[in-house]
Amino acid sequence: MSCVLTPDNILYDTLLFRVIYEWVGGVLPCGLSYAVSGIAIMMLLVNGVLLGAGLFSWVERRLIGRFHNRIGPNRWGPFGALQPLADLVKLIFKEDLTPRGADRILFSIVPVAMLAPVVLVMAVVPFAKDTALANLNVGVLYILAVTSITSVAVFMAGWASDNRYALFGASRGVAVLISYEVPVVMSLLGVVLVAGSMSLDDVVSAQTVPFLLVQPMAFFVFFAGTSAELNRTPFDLAEAESELIAGFHIEYSGVKFALIQAAEFGAVLTSSAVMVTLFLSGWSGPLSNYLGWAWFLIKIGVLAFVFSWVRASFPRLRIDQLLAFAWKFLLPLSIINLFATAVQVYCFRDSTGMLDTADLWIMAAINFGVALGCLLIFGTLIKEKVRPAGPLTGATFSTGEAD
Amino acid sequence: MYGINMAKGLLVTLKNLTKKPFTVQYPEERVKQHPRFRGEEFVWYEERCTGCASCAKYCPLGIIKIVTTPSETAPAQGDKYRLEVFDISINRCMFCGLCVEACPYDALYMGSGFEQGQYSRKNMVIDIDHLRNADKHPSTFFRPQLEEMSYDPRAGRPLHWQEVGRESWQWHQKEKAGMKIERPVPSDLMDQGLPLDSSFVEDSKPKPVQVEDGE
Repeated sequence: MSCVLTPDNILYDTLLFRVIYEWVGGVLPCGLSYAVSGIAIMMLLVNGVLLGAGLFSWVERRLIGRFHNRIGPNRWGPFGALQPLADLVKLIFKEDLTPRGADRILFSIVPVAMLAPVVLVMAVVPFAKDTALANLNVGVLYILAVTSITSVAVFMAGWASDNRYALFGASRGVAVLISYEVPVVMSLLGVVLVAGSMSLDDVVSAQTVPFLLVQPMAFFVFFAGTSAELNRTPFDLAEAESELIAGFHIEYSGVKFALIQAAEFGAVLTSSAVMVTLFLSGWSGPLSNYLGWAWFLIKIGVLAFVFSWVRASFPRLRIDQLLAFAWKFLLPLSIINLFATAVQVYCFRDSTGMLDTADLWIMAAINFGVALGCLLIFGTLIKEKVRPAGPLTGATFSTGEAD
Repeated sequence: MYGINMAKGLLVTLKNLTKKPFTVQYPEERVKQHPRFRGEEFVWYEERCTGCASCAKYCPLGIIKIVTTPSETAPAQGDKYRLEVFDISINRCMFCGLCVEACPYDALYMGSGFEQGQYSRKNMVIDIDHLRNADKHPSTFFRPQLEEMSYDPRAGRPLHWQEVGRESWQWHQKEKAGMKIERPVPSDLMDQGLPLDSSFVEDSKPKPVQVEDGE
């Protein structure tokens, strides 16, 4: 008895799934082996993301330590590499507290709701040639839909905790997430326009020139917007330690806290993976038919390094600066980028609506010029908004008694 | 322009990434310590101490307790007191060093250590047995003669009571009288096994001096 996937199956393109399915299908009935191979590949994905999150938590702490001229965790294991394991064991043995006034069901759903979108995003990202779990024809849309679950989870955490700090953090977090969703979507539209498809596989194969060069402004907007959505340090208002202690996850402890942390560190990796796929030509590189996964991991590592670098460098923004940055800087940039890209694609496309490599290089040159001009103009404009010019007058700080 | 300074900030952290971290991994390695450091573990030389209790009198916190009895070894020459109790309660000590400055006979020195953490307040009192038996690594605080020897308390050997003091007053008197005398360096004396001064006894316990009746 052997089972063979028909090409009309949604998972037919997934090489890994087909291999497992046909291997297990030699022993089990076809329906069961379909379920078993699906579960196996999901386990692989979930555990891969969690393991990566654990590893990244150590790498990032070491890196930020070195950025700050410190050493970072180096006691447990070689170079401290077992630190995530030690953290996990500590958190598992801690008491799992639920506040008395908390909404117990919502409170318990939150860690899963935080972690699920992180894992779900990886389902459509191709790790190597034909190795995406599902080659959706609306992959970009799927990613945007799934990642916006995070904002619901953040607000659930704040609401269910029965804690004012948590609610403050959650409302800030939701404000940030909603604001930054707009420029991020706008910047992705440019990529989709150039690639001519929403399927991530097609986006990767369309990148004969990496879209980092073709769409530099979109990459910048997407990077800034993503790091805001991830609640990472220049934008970590939702969990600002010095103001809100821990923000929305203040009441979480034990395993739930571990899951939330894993979701936060894993989200860096998954959003790096998305950016690698959309802007850094995914798994393609020399010998990409065999070493596609290695190129993919290397590019993820580079982007995760940049994320850590930004986190180590910048202090936290104020809430008004944060929203001004989104609405007055990133949104105009992404709209200009979308408009410029649309005009270019309209001019350069051939009769089938596709762009060849030479066109992409020309577009890269034009877009770099546009990006430089826009950054100069809007950078000067936003400076006035974010930090008002002129000396601060006494009236700014007056208590109102004198007036 | 907005953004230029952010790029500068990124460069600053990138430069730091290439530098060596300045963290000192404490239990394995230590910060180099100055010889004049006023540390815990006071160093006390019983042979030099007369029991005058100047240290106790000068202590601004009053944490030194001294109980003496007449040793009755040489009442006629001016008896040297025997110390029964010498307690320094370092849980309130602020390590100002006034007791060391007050000591007229260079018997008390600041220590060189800083690792005297205890679990109980009772253990924070340094008693006379602890002072007697501890390794003598005196700090060079307020003791220029140790600095002239370029003595490093953390690296050097424990010092004997004959090596640490200022020159004894007999040398001083002879120099005042115009005699040019060649003074041996204390460490040379130690190598030869000679006592620094005949009036001091090598043995730590004061020998009974026989006193004739009627004088």
